[in-house]
Amino acid sequence: MPKVLMKGNEAIAEAAIRAGCLNYFAYPITPQSEVAEYLSWRMPEVNGVFLQGESEVAVSYMIFGAAGAGVRVFTTSSSPGISLMSEAISYLCGAQLPAVFVNIMRGGPGLGGILPSQADYLQATKGIGHGDCRLLVMAPASVQEAAEMVMTAFPLAEKYRNPVMILGDGLIGQMMEPVEFPDQLKSEASNKDGWATNGMDHRGSTTRNLVKSLFLDAEQLNDNNLILRAKYERMKKEDVRWECWNTEETYDALIVSYGTMSRVCKTAISMLKEEGIEVGLVRPQTLFPFPEQAVRQAAQKEGCRVVLSVEMSMGQMVEDVERCVQGALPVKWYGKCGGDVPTPEEIIDLVKTTLSSL
Amino acid sequence: MAKTFKKPDCMTDQKTHYCPGCTHGIIHRLVAETIDELGIRGRTVGIAPVGCAVLAYNYIDCDFQEAAHGRAPAMATGIKRVRPDLMVFTYQGDGDLASIGMGEIIHAANRGEKFTTIFVNNAIYGMTGGQMAPTTMPNQRTTTTPFGRKSDEVGMPIRVAELLGTLVTPGYITRQTVISPKYIQKAKRAIKQAFIYQMEKRCYSLVEVLSTCPTNWGMTPQDALQWVQDVLMPYYPLGDVKVPDSEKVTEAAAGTAN
Repeated sequence: MPKVLMKGNEAIAEAAIRAGCLNYFAYPITPQSEVAEYLSWRMPEVNGVFLQGESEVAVSYMIFGAAGAGVRVFTTSSSPGISLMSEAISYLCGAQLPAVFVNIMRGGPGLGGILPSQADYLQATKGIGHGDCRLLVMAPASVQEAAEMVMTAFPLAEKYRNPVMILGDGLIGQMMEPVEFPDQLKSEASNKDGWATNGMDHRGSTTRNLVKSLFLDAEQLNDNNLILRAKYERMKKEDVRWECWNTEETYDALIVSYGTMSRVCKTAISMLKEEGIEVGLVRPQTLFPFPEQAVRQAAQKEGCRVVLSVEMSMGQMVEDVERCVQGALPVKWYGKCGGDVPTPEEIIDLVKTTLSSL
Repeated sequence: MAKTFKKPDCMTDQKTHYCPGCTHGIIHRLVAETIDELGIRGRTVGIAPVGCAVLAYNYIDCDFQEAAHGRAPAMATGIKRVRPDLMVFTYQGDGDLASIGMGEIIHAANRGEKFTTIFVNNAIYGMTGGQMAPTTMPNQRTTTTPFGRKSDEVGMPIRVAELLGTLVTPGYITRQTVISPKYIQKAKRAIKQAFIYQMEKRCYSLVEVLSTCPTNWGMTPQDALQWVQDVLMPYYPLGDVKVPDSEKVTEAAAGTAN
């Protein structure tokens, strides 16, 4: 298929359909409403389901119901909307239901703003809902990568019977870039007859299925949490993804950055190279599981004197970076989260100032 | 000898956890009988609420999902939209539906979602221990209104059936009770009719059932039944609030944006 020029939000919408997900429920919120607008006409074309719910709370439970009935389903929202969905996300984790949530982040806290942000990192990776629940979180850095991550999110959600989140900043949703939808990323939905409430007749069974997250017995609840924990540990082994950039040779500093912010960092690193300053980059593509080993090894490279976590937040991912570096090197944070993306010049200045201060 | 009265196929053998004198068991049975008689058990999905009936799936034997508090109508919407061939019902209490879930029930009813709600109204929160519900009667004592519900502070009880009856979208909205065999038979007919409207893809359907909570009302089962008759029924009148044919509302009659 040839490349087409698409806005990120529209590419995310189309990617879900190409991945074989024909069910979408959503509530409008800037800066991702284009997904719902696109799918309001596109879903009927493919005999899919489109419904605008009355709130993010309701939408997240429509997702629960549909996922529990055994179909591929997804929704898109932005930061305040995801907060409202977090209740249902916890229930989805507890009941082990696969679904895909896209968060096109805007600034917070509260109503915050509508400009790009990465300030939902901790919410997505560590505090998405009550109880011991985790999401597999993927962070795209381009429209193309957003489309590919959406397409891979559905089979991953089914592999783990757990929600998967695509965590993009507002720029990923709003900017236009060429994109193609790789045929090889299409996948067949897994057989869900073992647990889905899809009707006994439908699965030719005489025993009913229950979708639930209530375990009043302490031992049973602990057992359910052990099952969930085992899945999260398996994610760390099998589905952690990252990109290393300019790390072949030695470097004076290492930047850890993801999403749109990582692209600005790459530009800054290229400009620094011309001045003879080498900086490596690790770009987490999954935020949970976090590429712990990649960050640790890159930080341990001989000659590297400092690690910089550059993010559009007031210092969230830096907690994971510090955890990985384990005190071997100084770890610094740099970021903004009002909606302005730090410029390459700011990053260059940051690197030079930091190196000269060591 | 042939059995003429037996346990519905759609009920399990488990004894319920409901208190003596609670009418949940009767209402469960009416739902199960309806599923049996319509022959739909193999394509029915129930949604259990948060509240005393959260374990309804231990007794009603078909596919079930368990909701968060108040969210059952949104989950039913999700199931029904992606699998219109399934028969879907929510079973909700008054704290669940009329308080925390008021938004979800109004919008599901207004969209005309083709599922059925069994709304059990006993004027109190049962499972959490007898707190005030939006349906609690004026001056009724609960654990959070120890001096009686004061209407000037928290308003009058909400009549859910009448409230949903104001929606222009066609629907079947009725209020019944199960305090004696006469009323049980009427409630059964209403529940079956509600499921039939769903089967025919006609409309959203809700059966409100005035129920008892002897434990939290602090009454004997007999007194509780009498209290439904003397106190609840005058304020919550029985009967159909709305049937799908009662208003021939079409987009043409209402006027459209175009």
